[in-house]
This record gives sequence, C-alpha cells and structure tokens, in this order.
Amino acid sequence: MSILLNKDSKIVVQGITGRSGLFHTQQCRDYGSKIVAGVTPGKGGIHIEGIPVFNTVEEAVHYTNANVSMIFVPPPGAADAILEAADAGIELAVCITEGIPVRDMVLARRVLEGKKMRLVGPNCPGVITPGECKVGIMPGHIHKKGKIGVVSRSGTLTYEAVKQLSDMGLGQSTCVGIGGDPIIGMKFIDVLQLFNEDKNTEGVFMIGEIGGGAEEEAAHWIRENMKKPVAAFIAGVTAPPGKRMGHAGAIITGGKGKAEDKIRTLQDCGVAVSTSPTRMGETMQSVLGRGKGKSS
Amino acid sequence: MNIHEYQAKEILSSFGIPVPRGRVALTSDQVERAAKEMGGRCVVKAQIYAGGRGKAGGVKLVHHPEQAQELGKDLFTRKLVTPQTGQEGLRVRRILVEEAVEIAREFYLSITLDRESSRYCLIASAEGGVEIEEVAQKTPEKIHMLTIDPFTGLRPYQARKIALALGLKGSVCEDCVELILNLYRCCLEKDCYLVEINPLVVTKAGWLMAMDAKINFDDNAMFRHREYPDMLDYSQLDTLEINAGKYDLSYIKLQGNIGCMVNGAGLAMATLDVLKEFGGEPANFLDVGGGATREKVAEAFKIILQDSDVKGVFVNIFGGIMRCDVIAQGIIEAASEVHCALPIVVRMDGSKVEEGKRLLLDSGLNVQIGENLGDGATRIVQMLGE
Repeated sequence: MSILLNKDSKIVVQGITGRSGLFHTQQCRDYGSKIVAGVTPGKGGIHIEGIPVFNTVEEAVHYTNANVSMIFVPPPGAADAILEAADAGIELAVCITEGIPVRDMVLARRVLEGKKMRLVGPNCPGVITPGECKVGIMPGHIHKKGKIGVVSRSGTLTYEAVKQLSDMGLGQSTCVGIGGDPIIGMKFIDVLQLFNEDKNTEGVFMIGEIGGGAEEEAAHWIRENMKKPVAAFIAGVTAPPGKRMGHAGAIITGGKGKAEDKIRTLQDCGVAVSTSPTRMGETMQSVLGRGKGKSS
Repeated sequence: MNIHEYQAKEILSSFGIPVPRGRVALTSDQVERAAKEMGGRCVVKAQIYAGGRGKAGGVKLVHHPEQAQELGKDLFTRKLVTPQTGQEGLRVRRILVEEAVEIAREFYLSITLDRESSRYCLIASAEGGVEIEEVAQKTPEKIHMLTIDPFTGLRPYQARKIALALGLKGSVCEDCVELILNLYRCCLEKDCYLVEINPLVVTKAGWLMAMDAKINFDDNAMFRHREYPDMLDYSQLDTLEINAGKYDLSYIKLQGNIGCMVNGAGLAMATLDVLKEFGGEPANFLDVGGGATREKVAEAFKIILQDSDVKGVFVNIFGGIMRCDVIAQGIIEAASEVHCALPIVVRMDGSKVEEGKRLLLDSGLNVQIGENLGDGATRIVQMLGE
C-alpha cells in the first residue's frame, strides 16, 4: 500500500519531447515507472524512445488508459496543460514546471474545484512510491521502500531528509513534494489525510519553510485528526525577512510566516520538530511507535 | 519585482485612477524646475525601493522652488535609511515632485494574493496613511477583506460594499467603486503580486486620489510583459544580486563571512541554519537552482568571492541525478580562475560522488570534503577558526 502512486499507475508525459521532459521520462522508466504515452501538440503519431506521442491528452488516455500525468510543459502553456489533463479524466497530475504566473494558477485552481483530478505542484520534485513508481525529478536511489510518509514544500531539502531516513533504515511508503509556489494543488493537509488512511504508513515526516501559513494550518489539522506520529523540520530559522513580504501579504497571514511561529504551533499541536536539519532522521525515529510526538 | 512610486502611479493613471500632478527629477536643478511648475508649494518625494521614507526625511512638503532644490541636493548626496532598507540604506537617484493636495480623509486599499484561498484578495481600511500591519494587529475590525472569485471577477456590488464600509457616500462612493474595479483590472492585466494605494485620499475638493502607490510584479509573468525589465532601477539593487540574476541564480547578501553555495532554496535556508547552529556566520544565501550546471556553479562561485567579507566557502550540493564530478569541475575552474586560496568545504551527494571528491582533493585548492551536512558545517567553521 502507498498513496497516489503504485506499480499499476499508467503515466502520460505532457511535454515529452522537450529536453528535460525526455530526460526525466527515461529516468522514471529506468526506475520502473510505466510510461505509456507522451503528449506534444503537433507531434502526434511519432514514437520517442519507443513511447507513442499524441497531440492531446484525451487521445493518449483513449488509446493507453493513462491515469497519471507528469507535466513538463513550459510556463506559458503549463496551466493549460493542467486543465487539459483534468478534462481528459486523468486522476493525478504532477506538474514539475517552474515559473507559472500566479494569475494562471489562480484560475487553474478555481477550475479544479469540484473536479476529481488531484494536482501535485507546480514547481515541485514530484511523487515517488519507492520500489514501485516514480513520477518526478527526484533521485530514485536515495529512497527505500518502507513505512514513513514524507510530505514537503521543498525540493532538494526533501532529498536530504529522505537520505537521512533511508540511512537510518527508515524506508518510505510514498514521498510527495507539494512544491513551494504560493498557489499549489494538494496542500499539506490533503496529503496528510491520505497518509492517515494508508494502512502501510506508520508515521509522517513533514518539511516546511518560512512564508505563508500552510504549516500552521497543517498543525491544527494534525492535532484534531492525525492518528499517526508526525515529525517535522522548518527551514529558514535564521533567514532575514523575505523581500516579497509586502504589507498586504503580512496582513493576510496575520503575522504568520516566520519559522519560529511555525515551529511553536507545530509543537503545540503535538508534532516533534527537529531543531537542526542534521537530525531529521533521528527526530522521526524518536517518535515512531508513539501516538503524537514531542520535540527533540 | 519592485518598481518606484512614480512608475506605479503612471500605471494606475493609465487605468483611470486619479493621481496627483507630478514630475520626476534626476538632478536638483530639475527638482527646482518641477517645483516651479507645481506652483512653488509642492511635495518632494525620494524614490527608493523601500517604505518608511517619510520618517527618514525622504518625503517633505516645501514652499518655494529654492527650498525644493536644496532638499533635492541633500537627498541626491546621501543614502536614505529606513526600517525597511537595512543599515546601509539606499541611494536616491530619482525624486518625484508633486503638487500639494489638501486632504480631507485617508484610506488604505490594496489587492494581493491570498495563499490560503488561492485567490486574489481586496483589502481596505478607513485607517489610511499609517502602518497597516499595526492596524491589522491592534484593531482587526477596521480591516475589510474580500476574496475574489476568478470566474466572476470583482463585481460592482462587492466594490460598493467596501466603499460603503469605508464610510463613503454619494458620488464619492460611486467614484470609489469605479476606482476599485479599475484597480482589479490593473492587477490582472499587469500581472501584479501586489497593488497598494496607501493612502487613498478624498481631497478637500471632494475628489479621490492615490497619494502613494506601490506595485510588485509577478516575476513569472515576465514573458508576457516585455516592459518590466526596462522599469528596473539598478541603482536600488545590490550589484552582486544583479550579477546573480543574469545567470538565473538567487543571491542575497548577509552579514557573515562564510560564502554559501547550495542547490534549492529550502536546502539553502537549511544550510544557513546549520552554519549558525555550529557557530558560523553565513555571508550570503545563494541558490544555484535544483539542477545546477557546471557553468552556473562556476558563476556562482565567482559571485560569492566578489564579496570581500567572505573568508571561506561552504558548498552544499544535493545533486541526485546531477553528476558530482561535473560540479567539482565547475568549482575547480572558477576557484583557479580567480586564484582563490580561501578554505573551501564541499559536501556533495548524487552520482559519481567519489570521482568528484578525488578531483577536488587533487586540485591543489585549500579544500576539504564534508561527509554530510553536519560534518561539512563543522569543518568550515573549524577551518575559519584556525
């Protein structure tokens, strides 16, 4: 068991003929993911690396029964690609693209309300169920099959956390990089909910950053609902106030956004927070087998 | 991306939002001439990429063109230090000279992104012209907020609700409705992260006017706004930050002496945290991007070393798919090119780690290898302590 992805997931790659689209398609396939189709408008009919390419996601789904999409479409067309996937009946879209305008994502998020498709990202490393399926750009070899769920707003910091977990013998059920953009598809809570219900996940490691109030939202949800121990790390304790935080932004978050506030809220809600990025693995191990953990 | 007040006002004006008559001056003589044009009595406003100018002496009402010229001379020759600029302050290169307006009432009005609802949000308050954060904290009931459904856009009845909540009546109220709708149109068409009018005023003559304005553009929308880069005032940016931007590197200068190069923003922040934890002081934040290339690593290294405060360098690259031997090559090339004799600690993970390490150790540079994050941080702090 795992969440979002398993060995039967059938993947279509939107933007497969681009440089990084093709490179990561090969990497994912080498890992064992079932890549069944690619989509690049205007290139329908060709095969690339033995994978059939279609003009639209709808065609790809019709001929291959793809149910997951990995999106590498460049920023100007990326929001459109997300909506196309939803329209074609895709169940999970993982959007890797970095640099999508906020205005486009506001609209895309709105369209997805009430649709069954889940969106992970954009601007994220992707999702991996170790040993079964990888949809994203993370290095497969640092992962190990196991029972820890990982959810993160960060990219490479997730790799650091996963490596620490694997080195300690703590394998992962599924790792989800939700992305660091201000507007994203699945948020912490959406992923935590799935881990909470997943029989194979015994504990969750969560990686947050300064800015916004997503970690606080998650903390309160955990206190009310989570049945499994959660450990966390928040990056940016020593970061100077962000440049993007204008007056209006600070109002909306009600003074939220600082690392120390996030850490305090998480601890108040029973999450074990690692005070150093060098002790993420240890912190996870210290709370396993407990209910909800205490700070290390 | 930030722009100046006068540029923001030009944009607002092009969307039909009234702003005071004004002129931009680049010299103190131009300030004098503009002051004459405004009738002698006018407001002189230093244009910098930071708020809090008023208290720092950057915004003043003057009564004669000579007085304006003198103030201009003073402003052009010193740096303005406000709570938002940091200790170094910012140089003043442009001054806005505006007609003096008789103000009856002041309001706060802005549209920005609300992450929680994933929508744009309109914020208004009858407490304008002051620190809006303070108002929000002390008297949240005086802040009016409205999230905007992108399907319907901002509707006139919603704008009217806000205008009425501000206590406006009659024709000024309807003018305000139109102004709010125009502000939303501006926010969308110009791809803004934030459009803020503080204060929005009602003049004694009964007109609405944007007395101060701030706009932040969404950098990601640059591809459909070719006009953005031309609006940048490079005098307001750190030279190293400008250089970094050219190579798509994200660099922020800090106060310490350990130069840092990391791939990925989260890991970069965590690296700063761990250095502090081990008693070091980072000289910068530098993110070379999730998938750093040899060229980017080389450029990043040179930018770090241009900062004369840097006494040692900590490189933390979690490559994953990236090849460590290629990264090592980039570091060696850049370090030899600038004759770097400073202590360097490199922590790398990814493919071909051993090859990368060997290249570094054989390079003749003053380099040590960090086996993991903690080990790397310990080493660089130690090397600097010796």
